[in-house]
Amino acid sequence: MAGILVYALHDDEGNFNKNSLGALSEAAKLAGELGTEAAAVVVGDVSDEGAQGLGKYGVTKVYRAKNVPEGLAQPIVDVMAKVINDDGFSYALFGGGLLGFEIGAGLTARLSAGVTMEVTAVKVADGKLVCERPILQDSEVADVGYVSEPGIIIGRLNAFDVKESGGSAEIVDVDVELSEWSSKAELITRGEQRGADVDIEAADVLIGGGRGLGGPEGFDACEDLAGAFDNGAVAATRAVVDAGWYPYAAQIGQTGKTVAPKLYLAVGVSGAIQHKVGMMNSETIVAINKDANAPIFEFSDLGVVGDLNKIMPKLTAALKAKKG
Amino acid sequence: MKICVLVKEVPDAAVQKRIDTGTMRLDRSGENNLNPFDTHAIEAAMQLKEGGDLQVDEVVAVTMGPGSAQRALQKAVALGADRSVHLCDDALVGSDVCATGVALAKVLESESPDIVLLGQQSDDGECYTMGAVLADHLKMASLTQVVNMDVEDGKLRCERQAEYGYDTVALSLPAVIAVGDAINEPRYPSLKAIMGAKKKPLDTKSVGDLGLNPAEVGEAGSKTTVVALNPPPAKQAGEIIEDEDTAETVEKIVAWLDERKLI
Repeated sequence: MAGILVYALHDDEGNFNKNSLGALSEAAKLAGELGTEAAAVVVGDVSDEGAQGLGKYGVTKVYRAKNVPEGLAQPIVDVMAKVINDDGFSYALFGGGLLGFEIGAGLTARLSAGVTMEVTAVKVADGKLVCERPILQDSEVADVGYVSEPGIIIGRLNAFDVKESGGSAEIVDVDVELSEWSSKAELITRGEQRGADVDIEAADVLIGGGRGLGGPEGFDACEDLAGAFDNGAVAATRAVVDAGWYPYAAQIGQTGKTVAPKLYLAVGVSGAIQHKVGMMNSETIVAINKDANAPIFEFSDLGVVGDLNKIMPKLTAALKAKKG
Repeated sequence: MKICVLVKEVPDAAVQKRIDTGTMRLDRSGENNLNPFDTHAIEAAMQLKEGGDLQVDEVVAVTMGPGSAQRALQKAVALGADRSVHLCDDALVGSDVCATGVALAKVLESESPDIVLLGQQSDDGECYTMGAVLADHLKMASLTQVVNMDVEDGKLRCERQAEYGYDTVALSLPAVIAVGDAINEPRYPSLKAIMGAKKKPLDTKSVGDLGLNPAEVGEAGSKTTVVALNPPPAKQAGEIIEDEDTAETVEKIVAWLDERKLI
């Protein structure tokens, strides 16, 4: 079998990650074009029903390693390396996500394999896969091919759409002996939420705050501005959440939420790719930033180069006055 | 105990980066700088050394790159590293992630570190992968994108954001840790440290010195190939307002939003 192997990540309740399901759907589509099959790898406590259910997304087989814990990359490298070696897979595909980066990177070393990351599209050329990878702050797109098998493909967040195309998958239970160094990291707590549980996904208008706000107090001005719109809420970048300025539940991007409000108004947000992937589908993007070279201006509909501390309060007042 | 910190020289953030379409490689001829993420890795190493929970005898800065990459090492030493190692060889040119991993793993093996620290991403390639690649070669525990790190019972207790929120992970040594920029606020080097950096030991090593097989590194050892370079899908450029008179700026923003029925 020269197929495509996909890692399907799940949470502690057994729900599969949307980006993993997207990767399964993409793998099934590409496998069809290559005339081969796509399969999934799951680890930990996944029920028969849960594993078979992945067949809906077009994979024909699900390799399940029950004895291997979910949540850390290195044990999963052991599992995938064994399955790829034993059953001769040509490609390993990952949806956007941190674990996919780590597992894919580990496989690169273990299998002497080529790796392409932040992939936004995959195409078939001469019976092989070629990845589209945006580089240099998305100013160019490189088409990357592989000179040998297997090839490792790590998708960008939300790159692959979830599509149901198949039926039920066959479960293959695998017993994997872990490498000595794969058991040296212990997951003490997983998925801890920090800060208030705020809902940003239902808002029509999001004020996205970044490091340019200067401190947690900058978010007071963001909340005032959000209050000047109907159904407005405040979102945040990873940098400020990690700094403890705003709750994790409000975080946009790679390790946060993906949103598409009518208006995304970014204040003091530089526009790193990890943030961009979580908000680029907003209907309208407005950015206020003092750095004229900030990447966010590359994908804003309206960019304001200036001091947000001066502009935001006046903008809030003007919007409130207009609403009356 | 020894800590190795990996550093990289990258094009300065203010410089417009471009690809040389002849070689399909990044044009590195302009102004270069120490990768900003690596300054956080150096700071993390210094905090471990100064913290006293681990007996850190030595912090060694390690890089792979052309001759000019020495400047990144000098900056690392100015920030506190005790000495540095420069893997420099024409045979390494054109290495992809896989080939870079083989080469860097070999130079690290020659140092036998207890902890390897690096920035979670380089400012130029933005591959996010080198930490996990090296951990597998070196057979060490590993975690990337770490934003908080403490020593507890001789282990590194690390926090990072993953798919479902914050994860806390305890790693036994030896370990490879890739850090995010939220982990610390890097110090500024003192003038004395900058002046003294050139006097600290710097080892330059070649592919041959390390016993690396030239077929496994550089372009020869790379497993990916850039077959084409295309412009991104065209997006209509947005309007830009330069704020000179804030009252006027705000008026323009409100009118712009109003026109699109966003108020």
